Amino acid sequence: MHTKTAGLYIHVPFCLSKCRYCSFYSITSVELMDEFVKAVVREMAFYKDIFPSFDSLYFGGGTPSLLTTGQAKTLLDAAQKYFDIRPRAEITTEVNPGDVSLEYFQSLRREGVNRLNIGVQSFDDSLLKFLGRRHTAKQAIESIETARNAGFKNLGFDLIYAVHGQNVKTWRQTLKKALSFSPEHLSCYQLSLDCKTPLYKQYKQDGLELPSEKEALDFFISTSMILTEAGYIHYEVSNFARTRKFESRHNRKYWNHEPYLGLGPAAHSFFGNRRWWNKANVKTYLKDIGSGKKPVARSEQLSNDELALESLFLGMRTADGVNLESLKKLYGLDLLAVKKRIIGTLIDHQLVILKNNRLCPTLEGMALADSLALI
Amino acid sequence: MKNIRNFSIIAHIDHGKSTLADRLIQFTGVCNERNFQDQLLDNMDIERERGITIKSNAISLPYRAKDGNEYMLNLIDTPGHVDFSYEVSRSLASCEGVLLLIDAAQGVQAQTLANLYLAMEHNLEIIPVINKIDLPSADIERVLEEIESELGLDPDTHIKCSAKEGTGIEEVLEAVVQRIPPPRGDISNPLAALIFDAKYDSFRGTIIHCRVFEGSVKAGDIIRFMSNNATYKVEEVGYFQLTRVKLDKLSSGDVGYIIAGVKTVADVRTGDTITLQNKPCQQSLPGFKEVKPVVFASIYPIASDDYQDLADSLEEYKLNDASFIYEKDSSAALGQGFRCGFLGLLHLDIVQERLEREFGLSIILSVPSVRYRFTLEDGKVIYVDNPTHYPDPAEIDKGEEPYIRATMMLPERYLGSVMKLCMEKRGVNSNMNYTGPGRVELSYEMPLAEVIFDFYDRFKSVTQGYGSFDYDIIDYRESNLVLMDILVNGEKVDALSQIVHRERARARALIACDRLKDEIPRQMFKIAIQGAIGGEIIARSTISAFRKDVTAKCYGGDITRKRKLLEKQKAGKKRMKMIGSVSIPQSAFLAVLKSDND
Repeated sequence: MHTKTAGLYIHVPFCLSKCRYCSFYSITSVELMDEFVKAVVREMAFYKDIFPSFDSLYFGGGTPSLLTTGQAKTLLDAAQKYFDIRPRAEITTEVNPGDVSLEYFQSLRREGVNRLNIGVQSFDDSLLKFLGRRHTAKQAIESIETARNAGFKNLGFDLIYAVHGQNVKTWRQTLKKALSFSPEHLSCYQLSLDCKTPLYKQYKQDGLELPSEKEALDFFISTSMILTEAGYIHYEVSNFARTRKFESRHNRKYWNHEPYLGLGPAAHSFFGNRRWWNKANVKTYLKDIGSGKKPVARSEQLSNDELALESLFLGMRTADGVNLESLKKLYGLDLLAVKKRIIGTLIDHQLVILKNNRLCPTLEGMALADSLALI
Repeated sequence: MKNIRNFSIIAHIDHGKSTLADRLIQFTGVCNERNFQDQLLDNMDIERERGITIKSNAISLPYRAKDGNEYMLNLIDTPGHVDFSYEVSRSLASCEGVLLLIDAAQGVQAQTLANLYLAMEHNLEIIPVINKIDLPSADIERVLEEIESELGLDPDTHIKCSAKEGTGIEEVLEAVVQRIPPPRGDISNPLAALIFDAKYDSFRGTIIHCRVFEGSVKAGDIIRFMSNNATYKVEEVGYFQLTRVKLDKLSSGDVGYIIAGVKTVADVRTGDTITLQNKPCQQSLPGFKEVKPVVFASIYPIASDDYQDLADSLEEYKLNDASFIYEKDSSAALGQGFRCGFLGLLHLDIVQERLEREFGLSIILSVPSVRYRFTLEDGKVIYVDNPTHYPDPAEIDKGEEPYIRATMMLPERYLGSVMKLCMEKRGVNSNMNYTGPGRVELSYEMPLAEVIFDFYDRFKSVTQGYGSFDYDIIDYRESNLVLMDILVNGEKVDALSQIVHRERARARALIACDRLKDEIPRQMFKIAIQGAIGGEIIARSTISAFRKDVTAKCYGGDITRKRKLLEKQKAGKKRMKMIGSVSIPQSAFLAVLKSDND
C-alpha cells in the first residue's frame, strides 16, 4: 500500500471550442458545469479515507479556466474537507489565455491556487489558428502579464513544436519570446497526431508531412540546448524547470509511480499497484454519481512485469532515470545483470549513464526513451 | 488380379491433379458428402495451402465398369518437386499406368513433359487427360496439337474432363479399366513387395505403404527388408480407403499397407523390397537407392528456454520423415541447437514450416551448406557440412565439393539465358539434345553448393516456368574453398558463416552484408556488418542509428495506453535473437540464404 503523499487531479471536461490536435475528453457545451462541480464533490466522498494525504492538486482539462471563481472555490473547499491537503501543496490550474482577467486570477490566488500553467502553445497567430486555438499571441502575452500582476510566482507555459509550417528557426524565436517572460516552468511538446483528431485528418487529406526523424531530433536537441543555456533544467523529455523547486510536483507523480487520484470524467487514478479510470462521458458520469455509484469505467491490477516496464519507460523519460535498486527490490528485475551487454554498449554510445545505482538517459538517450525501455 | 488397376495422376502444378483425384474418389462412392473435403489426399495443411503434395498417398477405389465387372482401382498420389524425385520414381514404379493431366487453357507445360519422361522410363501406359474444358479460355484444338507435337503421343487417345464440374469422370475411370494393363505377377512366387512410402501412426507404429509384385503376405508372416535383412512379424495387412481397411492378405498386384511393429519410419526405406523370411525371393526389385541428405543447416530455438521443446519436436517430427536427419550442435552466437540434413531446399523449407506450425516453435536456421571433403596435410580425409567445423586452413592440403549433373528440359527460346545462368553457377561440360521441335534437353555439371542456393528459383524465372530441372550427384571435385564469416558489430555470427569458392567469396559476402542491412532494424547505435575471410575484411555495410522516438506527452491517462503499445513491440522483439548488443530478426538469417539476383 502506498504511504506516499498523493496527487489529486480534477478533470474539467468543458471547452468553448475543441483544439484541432487535442484528443483529451471534453464537450463544448457548458450547461452541465454546475452539476459537474457538485458531482466531483460527491466523488471525493467515495475516496475519503483511502488516500492518506495530498501535496498537489491539479485542475486539468478540458479548460479548467472556464470554472467560475465560485466553482473553483467549491471544489477547493471540498478537497480540504474530504482530504488531508498538505499546507504547502502545489495547486495548479491550466489556463486558456483567452479566458482570463486580473480579477479572476486574483480570486484564484485567494482561494489557494499557487501555480498557473498557461496554454500559450505559440506566439505565432497563423500557427495558433492552424492548431485551432481560440486565443491570439497578443492574448497569450496579456495573460502572462496579468498572471504576474495578480502575483503568481510560479508560471508554466505549454508550447508546441514540429507543427506544419514551423521550422527549427521559427521555433527558436518562439522559445526566445517565451524566455523573455522568465517562466518558472516550460513544457515543450512535439506535436503528435492522434488519429481521431481533425488535425490528423487534415494532415492526411492535404498530404502534410510530419517532420522526419532527423528534423524531430533537431527540434528536440535545439529545444534542450536553448533552454539549458538559459539556465533551465531539462528534467523530463518535454519539461523544463528554472530550478529543481519548480519542477511540476504533480506531473512527477505520474512518472515516479506515486499515487494519484483523478476525479471527473475520463480521469485516471493509481493506487496500490491498481490503476483505474472513469467513464469518458459527462452524462454517464453524472448519472453514476447521482445514483451513488463510482463512475469507474475500468480498472487494472498491475503485475510486477507491467510495473517494471512502466518504471522503465517512465524513468527513461526523466533526467533522474530509473532506480535500479527499487526495480530489483520491488519487481524482481535485475536490469544490470540481465542486460549487461546492451547497457555497456549504450554507455559506450553515450545514450545512458550509471549514477548512484540509477540508469539515467543522456539528452540523446531521452530522445530514445521508448527504445531504451525495450532493451 | 485381372480386375486390379494401379495408376497415378501426373501433371504440371495447378493443372488440377488434386481436384481430379477428389472427383474419382467421390464418383466411386468411397467418400460421401459428409466427410468430403477438398484435396482429400493432401493430408497436411501445408500441402493444401501450397497446393503441393509432399508425401505419397494411396487410395483403393472399388468400381463397377460398364463391362459389368467389379474392379479395384488403386490411385497412388505422388509428390511434385525435384527434392522428392526419388519418392516419385518409387510411386510410379508401383503403377502400370498414369493419367497425364493437361490444363485445357495452359496446354503442355514444363512439368507435363518432365512427368511424361518419368512415366516413360517406367514403361507405363499413358492416358492424356485434358482438364478444365469448362474454362472460357480453354483451347482444346491447340492442346491436341501439342499432345502430338510436343509430347509425341497420339492425340486420339485423349479424354476430356472438367474435374471442377465433374464432367468426363466416368470416361476417365473407364479408360483406366480398359487401357491400363492389369498387374502381372504370380501369387505362388515368393513375396516381392515394393515400399513406396511409410507413415507413422501413434497407435500402430509405422504403416508401410507397398505394392505387391509377386506372392502374398498376411498377418503372422515374418517379413524381411532386403536392404538390411531386418525381420518383423506382420500384425495386419489391408488397403486404403479414407481409412485403413483390414484384409486377410495382400497378393501380387495389390496396393496396400503392412503393419509389422516397425518403430519408426526411419527403419523403413522407400524403394526397399519386402520378402518373406522363410521363402525369400531371389533378388530385390530394381531401383533401390539409399536416400542421403545433401543440404545441411542448423536449427536453433529463438529463446534458449525452448531448447527442450525443440528437441522433443524434432524427435516427433522425425517419426514421420525418414529422409530428415539431425544431431546436437551448438553455436557461440545462437546457443544449443541441432545440425540437420535435408534432401534439398524445399525439404528444408517444409521442415522449418512444419516445426513452426505444427509444433508452435520459433526457430532460426543457419545458412545451409553442402558436405565438403577436405584432405589434410597428414593425409586424413574429413567431411565437413558445418562451417563451424572448418579445418585450420594451414592444415588443408586439398578441398573438394560435391558436383551434380543437372538435366534441364526447356523450350529453345530460353536456351541462351539458361546457359548464362549455368555458367554463372560454375557449370561445365554442357550437353545439348533436341527432343522435339523447339524443345531442348540441356545438361551441365555444376557444384551442388551453387544449385542449392537459388538455382531452382532463378531457373524457373528465366524459363518463365516452362523449364523442368532434375539432378543427380556425380562426384567430388577439387575446389578452392574458403571459410567466409559474418561479423555484426565486430562479433562473429557463426550461424552465418559459409564455406564458399574463393572467387565467389567477395560477392557472397557483399550480398550477405546487404541483406542483413535490409533485414536488421536500425538500433540505437550504428552497426557495422562485415564479411571476412580469416582476419581480412572483404565486404562491409553499415546500419545507421535510430535516434528519435515519438516522445509525446505522458501523463496519468496515457501510461496504460503507452504500456500496452510498448508491450506489443516487446513481444515482437522477443522473436529476435540478441547477438552481442544487436537484436537480429529471424528473417535476417533467412534472407542471407535467399536468391541473389535482385
